[in-house]
Amino acid sequence: MLYTIIKENTYKDSIVLMLLSNKLSAIDGVNKVSIMMGTPANKDIFKSSGLGTDELEKAKPNDIVIVVDTDQEEKVAEVKEEVEVALKGESDSQDTSKGQEAHNWKRAMELANNPNLALISIPGQYAAMEAENALNEGLHVFMFSDNVSKEDEVKLKQKAHEKGLLVMGPDCGTALIHGVPLAFTNNVNEGDIGIVGASGTGIQEVTTIIDRYGKGVTNALGTGGRDLSTEVGAITMLDSIKALNQDPKVKVITVISKPPAEEVQRKVLNVLRNIDKPVVTLFLGDKPSYQEENIYHAYTLEEAAVVAVQLSNGDKPNFEPTTVRNVNVLLKDSQVGIKGYYSGGTLATEAAMLVKDAFKDEISEEKKDGYILKTKNHEIIDLGDDVYTQGKPHPMIDPENRIEMIEKSVNDPKTAVIMIDNVIGNGGHEDMASELAPTIKRILNSARQEGRELAVLATVVGTAQDIQGYDKQIDTLKESGAIICKTNDQMVRTAIQLVGGKVEQPILDVQKFEYTQEDLVVDEKIMSFINMKPSVINIGLKSFTEAVQNSGSECVQFNWRPIAGGDEKLMKVLQFLNYYEGGTI
Amino acid sequence: MGYRTINEANEAVIQKIIAAAPFLTDVVPAKSVIPELEDYVLLHAGPPIKYKNMTDPMQGSCVGAILFEGWAEDEKSARELLENDKVKFIPCHHVNAVGPMGGITSPNMPVLVVINKESGNEAYCQMNEGIGAVLRFGAYNEQVINRLHWMKDVLGPVLSKALKTFDGGLNVNVLIAKAIAMGDEFHQRNIAASLAFLKELSPVIASLEDVEKEQRTEVIQFLADTDQFFLNIAMATGKAMMDAARTIEHGTVVTAMCRNGENFGIRIAGMGDEWFTAPVNTPQGLYFTGYSAEDANTDIGDSAITETIGVGGMAMIAAPAVTRFVGTGGFNDALEISNQMTEICISENPNFVIPTWDFKGACLGIDARKVVETGITPVINTGIAHKIAGYGQIGAGTVHPPIECFEKAITAYAEKLGFKG
Repeated sequence: MLYTIIKENTYKDSIVLMLLSNKLSAIDGVNKVSIMMGTPANKDIFKSSGLGTDELEKAKPNDIVIVVDTDQEEKVAEVKEEVEVALKGESDSQDTSKGQEAHNWKRAMELANNPNLALISIPGQYAAMEAENALNEGLHVFMFSDNVSKEDEVKLKQKAHEKGLLVMGPDCGTALIHGVPLAFTNNVNEGDIGIVGASGTGIQEVTTIIDRYGKGVTNALGTGGRDLSTEVGAITMLDSIKALNQDPKVKVITVISKPPAEEVQRKVLNVLRNIDKPVVTLFLGDKPSYQEENIYHAYTLEEAAVVAVQLSNGDKPNFEPTTVRNVNVLLKDSQVGIKGYYSGGTLATEAAMLVKDAFKDEISEEKKDGYILKTKNHEIIDLGDDVYTQGKPHPMIDPENRIEMIEKSVNDPKTAVIMIDNVIGNGGHEDMASELAPTIKRILNSARQEGRELAVLATVVGTAQDIQGYDKQIDTLKESGAIICKTNDQMVRTAIQLVGGKVEQPILDVQKFEYTQEDLVVDEKIMSFINMKPSVINIGLKSFTEAVQNSGSECVQFNWRPIAGGDEKLMKVLQFLNYYEGGTI
Repeated sequence: MGYRTINEANEAVIQKIIAAAPFLTDVVPAKSVIPELEDYVLLHAGPPIKYKNMTDPMQGSCVGAILFEGWAEDEKSARELLENDKVKFIPCHHVNAVGPMGGITSPNMPVLVVINKESGNEAYCQMNEGIGAVLRFGAYNEQVINRLHWMKDVLGPVLSKALKTFDGGLNVNVLIAKAIAMGDEFHQRNIAASLAFLKELSPVIASLEDVEKEQRTEVIQFLADTDQFFLNIAMATGKAMMDAARTIEHGTVVTAMCRNGENFGIRIAGMGDEWFTAPVNTPQGLYFTGYSAEDANTDIGDSAITETIGVGGMAMIAAPAVTRFVGTGGFNDALEISNQMTEICISENPNFVIPTWDFKGACLGIDARKVVETGITPVINTGIAHKIAGYGQIGAGTVHPPIECFEKAITAYAEKLGFKG
């Protein structure tokens, strides 16, 4: 049976049409097919090759004519479709530009292979807008950028929640997504402990301790520091907890945050009480006053990590804090001060918490900018605080500020102990230990020359898989004369002990709480997000792209620059138009 | 009909452009199809402009048109009419027309008629006068005026008769598709299309029995001599296509780009008839011996309608021969320009497939949003006029619209849709 298709007023070169005829002939079930312009001469060719039809006569020289000989009528539609595709004129030659970098969303989406995550590290003033663009493109968002307003954070997270997407951040430094480390994150073993954390170095400390105990973390979801504020209402944390709960590969859920707003804490705990899996919570700064059947409330990061490991092993939680023994440092009676110079904010917070706890009767706190804790004798400083990073890189990358502080601390004859963290992993300095070691040596010497001894304690946050090498970092520090502590908890407790204090580990009763039923269902998009390596569009810092690619995940670099020449009004106009939805236009 | 998103609206505009079926059907006196063209009314290129703000070549064209129409005996009295506001001006674009360079069109000038059979609308453009001293560049000497009369009395009527022998007119898309494969981009280079047109027309003209042999020969000779004859057909075609697309009245696709020597004006589908203007740039390019950038007139003419439909400078890669002429380097530069243009366009036109671009279709649908977003403005191939009337063309090059036009357009459209900035 012959079928005729005529496309009026469409001109194509005969070579194009001949090539197309060949292609169409290859379709299964098509006996014969020819496609030509409807000129009188071509009509004769149709007829002589047995493809003459009545309709053919109606075709004009500027019409494309297709005559199909087939026994299956449905094949005609297939031929028609093939012709449409071919005539679209889109060249099917290889796109040689794959692997290139993008400089706009359209190109980024084209280059990426089923992207599901946008990693944003552009200046804060633009970050919210691009995060919204990412959500509109159906991507989860990891916002490394800070200086994003709380209102924008609320707006973004509400939008994400409605769309079944996750916004990690703003000001989120750390996350592991199905084993892929994002931004400042350590390479850790995969495993059955799932983490949600509102603090970057908190996640780093807990995941690396877990790794060193031989267990693993496949997903560590960051929320950003303000997620548990009243305004944001823990939107990301709650979705993340639910996702880890739905994930059959997660055995233990660990939640890390600074103490949240009271009603938010109630909300989070109520969800956790709905969950059957064992849970570890750490609201760093609050000393737990009770335990629960299924929820272990930890006091320190190490405790959270150790208990998570025990629960993952099916053991009963049992955490015994430790200190470094045999510290051969002779302190004078006048040496009573603990000084902590931290690059990790949460580690500094933990140190301040423990020091305050140990000396609560005897210290009065002085509120001072740039100090996490400042008393007559002790000071704990987070060098990652905005006060110290104005126009300077973060202390995890640039040791300069820290070296300066350490050098100065030796001038104070009251100083007994100096504590230093060295956070390694992706994003960090390539060899921070070697930067700090000469300074440590120098201050130990100069103290000795003044007839004093000093204890320099150091802890390395990292794993054997980190590029800087965990053991190498430890060795370098040890050689310089530092006393190595396995965890921040151990380092701070050791320091406290050296100046004659002690932190009591709470021994608590198990209490039972009423709770209301929660819907634990979470969007399929979040579930698939944590269950496969992310395909990432990295908007901003190029080094993040390399880190993601090194862990075997796909990542397209989006070399962002402000659109519309950075004109904010025009940017808003564009965003309004690009994502306008309405039935009225 | 409602569209939910801008992209949907833009898609509808694009489909309208692809579906356009432009046919060249006739050549007629302008006043017979443009009722607004009464005596003492002239059309001009670009967005609205006052006589006193016109550049010298455009003013010169006005003098020439008045002399041609016989509204004044000499240049002096023609200028008096103009300076005393005795002549009313209307932009070509407002009356379904477009005009090259000055675009000055008077009631008795013959215009090409292109019908878009898909929508049924018509568009008009005066015919190309050739090169040298010509009205569109502001020349108005006796030779120019005599030629205009010949075009009115001989060329127009002969072509009209010839075109009427084609049932339904001449399919312009077919001519464009053929010529684009022969290296035309339809703004700076039209020789292939002009020859294809001549190929269609010459047998017909030769056999017109009611036209004297001498006139038939003249007409064929003129067409053979006028490499750019097809440009004006392409312009009317572009206008016919975009005016149909404009009926969608939604979205951010650019539906017109034009210049009057003072301002560059654009329209976008979603803002209907409104012009968004900003001061024009001056073209950059190569100059004929003896001239330099100092002699160049500012950007002028409605011919950027060709870029609006995705040919001209947008399709630089189609015409490698032109790229050096307009001072953009070689083949790779042309490729880069066209590739860059895809970043501000929505799709490609399956009707205009470019062999030198690996058979991609010409750019389709300039999205004003993308222009603002990327800062990439359309590239327009253009002739460069001398800034003093009558010198004619002194070079060729490229020019870009000021980005402010696009910024104003999308802001106005966002506000129309409820944006409160």
